[in-house]
Amino acid sequence: MSSGLSVDSVTGIDVSLPLAGPGARAFAFLVDWHIRVILALAWFVVAALVYNGRLSLAPPPGNDARWFGAVLAPALAIYLLYHFVVELAMHGCTPGKRTAGVRIVTRQGGAPSAGALLARNAFRVLDSLPLFYGVGLIAVIMTREHVRIGDMAAGTLLVYEDAAAPAPAALAVANSAAALDAVGAEVVAELLERWPTLTPQSRERLARQALARYGAAGTPGAGEAALHAQLEHLARSRGPLQ
Amino acid sequence: MNGPARRHALAVSLLARAGLWRDADARARRLAHGRTEDAVDATRMVEDYRLLAHDLARVRALLPETRTREYLEGAYARAHATLHHGAWHAGHALVVLLRDELPEVVRWLRPYILWSTAIFALAVGGGYALVTRYPELIALFASPDLIASVERGQLWTEGLLNVVPSPVLSAQLLANNIAVSLFAYCAGFLFGLGTLYIIGLNGLMLGAVFAFVGQHGLRNQLFSFMVAHGCVELSVMCLSGAAGAAVGEALIRPGAAGRIESFRNAALRSGKLVIACALLLVGAGLIEGYVSPNPRFALGTRLSIGIAYWLLMVALLTGRVLPRRAA
Repeated sequence: MSSGLSVDSVTGIDVSLPLAGPGARAFAFLVDWHIRVILALAWFVVAALVYNGRLSLAPPPGNDARWFGAVLAPALAIYLLYHFVVELAMHGCTPGKRTAGVRIVTRQGGAPSAGALLARNAFRVLDSLPLFYGVGLIAVIMTREHVRIGDMAAGTLLVYEDAAAPAPAALAVANSAAALDAVGAEVVAELLERWPTLTPQSRERLARQALARYGAAGTPGAGEAALHAQLEHLARSRGPLQ
Repeated sequence: MNGPARRHALAVSLLARAGLWRDADARARRLAHGRTEDAVDATRMVEDYRLLAHDLARVRALLPETRTREYLEGAYARAHATLHHGAWHAGHALVVLLRDELPEVVRWLRPYILWSTAIFALAVGGGYALVTRYPELIALFASPDLIASVERGQLWTEGLLNVVPSPVLSAQLLANNIAVSLFAYCAGFLFGLGTLYIIGLNGLMLGAVFAFVGQHGLRNQLFSFMVAHGCVELSVMCLSGAAGAAVGEALIRPGAAGRIESFRNAALRSGKLVIACALLLVGAGLIEGYVSPNPRFALGTRLSIGIAYWLLMVALLTGRVLPRRAA
């Protein structure tokens, strides 16, 4: 995360919005670009096969209005209107943005209006100049809030959607293990949660580091199962603070 | 209890509320995605927002560098976004746009519309004068095919429907016109110079082509071709130019609001007119595809269609299509 924006709230506690940078934007755009190309192509292929009634994608000779209306125009519409329609339907998100963990918000932190989304997408004609979103990319890099011209016009920002959520176990552990501070409880709980996904070497190294840090040095030569048990013991051995 | 122990006790009591945070976050997500219309859920959301704000303030002080804080920041931001998400219904938004917003924007843009129209008219006159005085300059404004066709004594639009069917022609034309209109609006970002260029170039081309076809005795045919769709199409060009000019002026003379803020206000406000322009260009594209190249339509019919559509445009932009009810 590059930087953040604080938004005033009626509660008196400001809302902190972590701003997405050029990397997250480019990643989201690439995912969306692939999706819209695949969707447009899929429509074209299926509609062309149905229209031709045989295994051929070739257009009919001359300018056929029905071919244009049933095959070409919808495919172009999918490609050109994808961003606006999907952002409107998903309240400022798209599959690409969701994959990149970002979403569009207004400068007040709320979901953008249809007018704002329309303006944001209209300015793509400028942002996409001269090639490969050159103007937009330069604007994103140069501006403090990493916004392209469309965002400036619409008053929108791209922010990270999902800050790392704490594992529910971490909270339970922190609640019961008075010996561990909140950070320690999070570390131990996360390690236990990620245990199955780690390599044996990583498990042993991280378990020993955690046990040493929180005052329960792992038994030398102890196997994986023993280290796991020690970690669980560390997490559960103490009662709540009175 | 000493200081650290007190802080730890506070942190533990805070973390015991994790279940409430998760419920609040789940509710915010449900409401944000419109998956619930439960009034109780909506009311609880307000309480959730206060709860998250309160707990976040404590977590910022007690557990500043933890994932718990990150989680709460995210949950609070989501609840904030959900509460600040205005209701939106396409039908109602369209009615408000046509009844209230468009007339207001047109009133605001009136000086820009006048200037934009004047520049366009001057450019038309300039193009006409240039090609009348120096006929060879038509090569700067028109394609070789167009020039060759006119020199043969034939408008390039004749027999157009034999080559391209009406639906295809309409779609191509309206897509092209909407793109030009959008570009005229967006190019205002270049301090209005981009808009000026597009308006000026289109005006010069129109004037030049009229002068050129006039030299070959085809002026009446071109007028007959253009009149049905052109009244609105050319007006929309000036309207888009006005929207772009407003965006440009907001950057040149931002006022007290600051340059970016002023640009944003102008872009969002004048953008409403561009939406109307795009809708009008759909109609103009259909007329240009179905009526204008069709020799079966007499000049009187074309004139009637052109004037009627132009009057409809004026009524739309001045709020006469959906007038306000008297209070």
